[in-house]
Amino acid sequence: MKSLILHTATRLMIGVLVLFSLFLFFRGHDEPGGGFIGGLVGAGAFTLYAIAFGTEATRQVLRIHPITLIAYGLLSLVVSGLIPMFIAEPFLTGKWLFIEWGAFDTKLSTPLLFDIGVYLCVVGFIVTVIFSLEEEG
Amino acid sequence: MNGMLVLPVAIPLITATLGLLFRKSSQLQRWIGVLGAVALLGSAVVLFRDVYADGIQVLQLGNWAAPFGITLVADMLTMLMVGISAIMGLIIAIYSLYDIDKERERFGYYPLLHILIMGVNGSFLTGDIFNLYVWFEVMLIASFILLALGNSKNQLQGALKYVFINLFSSLVFLFGVALLYGMTGTLNMADLAVRLPEVENTGLVTTTAMIFMVAFGIKAAVFPLFFWLPASYHTPPVAISAIFGGLLTKVGVYALIRVFTLLFTVESAHNDYLHTILLWVGGFTMVIGVLGAASHMEFRKILSFHIVSQIGYMIMGLAFNTAMGIMGAIFYVLHNILAKSNLFLISGVAQRLLGTFELKKMGGLYKHYPFLAVLFLISAFALAGFPPLSGFWAKLSLVKAGLSIEQYVITGVAILVGLLTLFSMTKIWLTAFWSPVPDEKPEHFGKIPLFGAGKLYILMIPVMIIAGLIIMVGLYAQPLLELCMTAAEQLLDPSVYIEAVLGPQ
Repeated sequence: MKSLILHTATRLMIGVLVLFSLFLFFRGHDEPGGGFIGGLVGAGAFTLYAIAFGTEATRQVLRIHPITLIAYGLLSLVVSGLIPMFIAEPFLTGKWLFIEWGAFDTKLSTPLLFDIGVYLCVVGFIVTVIFSLEEEG
Repeated sequence: MNGMLVLPVAIPLITATLGLLFRKSSQLQRWIGVLGAVALLGSAVVLFRDVYADGIQVLQLGNWAAPFGITLVADMLTMLMVGISAIMGLIIAIYSLYDIDKERERFGYYPLLHILIMGVNGSFLTGDIFNLYVWFEVMLIASFILLALGNSKNQLQGALKYVFINLFSSLVFLFGVALLYGMTGTLNMADLAVRLPEVENTGLVTTTAMIFMVAFGIKAAVFPLFFWLPASYHTPPVAISAIFGGLLTKVGVYALIRVFTLLFTVESAHNDYLHTILLWVGGFTMVIGVLGAASHMEFRKILSFHIVSQIGYMIMGLAFNTAMGIMGAIFYVLHNILAKSNLFLISGVAQRLLGTFELKKMGGLYKHYPFLAVLFLISAFALAGFPPLSGFWAKLSLVKAGLSIEQYVITGVAILVGLLTLFSMTKIWLTAFWSPVPDEKPEHFGKIPLFGAGKLYILMIPVMIIAGLIIMVGLYAQPLLELCMTAAEQLLDPSVYIEAVLGPQ
């Protein structure tokens, strides 16, 4: 779509949207947010870009094919489920790793890995749908 | 706890993921598809040994205790079903190597096939009624795409009917789950089995049972909810038809067997209407299905109507509600998956040779391909219930179960339907195999060998394997009959299942 307003606004908005999606993603687990909602907002950013600049440009920005994104998402889900099985605990058991740096304490966990998987799947799926719709019409 | 229990679900998921990652290379896809199926079969065998040796196996996913988390449960019925689905997965993966075109491969046929198998295995393994709904959805979404993949007009027409009726059935299923949760406050099937008999409003329990009967009845294609099946199953490539016709409807039958032995028993509903209704449904399904088959002249349409008819036998066995009846039903499910899929696979070979599925335009297969004809006869006779093939034992145990509780009418109907089944199998035999070679045959007919150049042997290997299994089950039926009997006894005594999931009461 050739619209100066949309083009300018998209350039400004896209960074905010991606940051907001990451904010929602990391806020998840204990508070509202997480992989699914974060992924939706992230997919929203790419959708906006696709409407403003076309799918070809969006593919270049995305760099990675959306279906490959889904594949990596699934891989991350599976790995997060399988990790506890190596220490003889049931599939999908949440395993946590606390790292104390002093200023920022970091919590790494299999649920985080699972959520990354959800995020990637959601972005990949929605972008695939939007691309197919845009390219057919 | 048995951590391995998740493997029949996890292995197809891993296979599908790898398939997606390497989707550019058709060669790798094929290898991953087949090797994933082999790994799945291996895991099924290992689990089967566990269940056979130590009884019901349970896994609390994520280490959340039942009834709060999702439980995976494997009893003998589950393992028999997971085993047969793993066998079918491998067979279909091999058959697809030749049957599925490059275009479909590029759109992710193999990952979808494995996602479908994951959904099927998940439905068999889950011990949570809402989780069962989720697995049904996984299975359905994969099957929607498989059915529509390729985009021919014919296919989309079939797929639309399939999608709408199955979405409706999912909705009905969800209503049923909501009602159950409202009445008991739990979704864990073992916990439900404990609490349902305590519900005071028995009318509501019966209503919920009927809702489940409709929901699973649509999936299993029982009378009067079967119309979508013959309208859609003959449209996709043969490999897909075969796994749909063989496996998918039986998931509906499995769900019916599970809920009507664990949740809605004579004790929880406080009456026996449910099994009487099931008996009528089974009877009508048998008769209407076989009559539909008698009236058609397209290879795969005839087979599709036979799926419906055969479902009737399984429902009848369940409705008898005795160990013998349920054993017969389970045995029938296993035998039918083999025989029915094989007939579909053979129809695919015949179509490759003659270029059509229309019986009137077929002919001469016996003259030029006698070996294919023999394989067809084995499967067709097994379906009709000829001794000494697998179908004979399936029908025999059902008939015996019916006579022992004095259900003479329905038993008579079952035997009669067997004769009519033979009639439509004879119809295929007379036209496609025995009649003279048609004038408008493809040029390669009669010249292309089954084994050797042309690579038709990729299609023949799966067909031969299943035919071998049918003969083996037929000649050496006792071990499988005993396993089915164990499964039936476990089903009729839910206390073992409940104790395995929830711990000692």
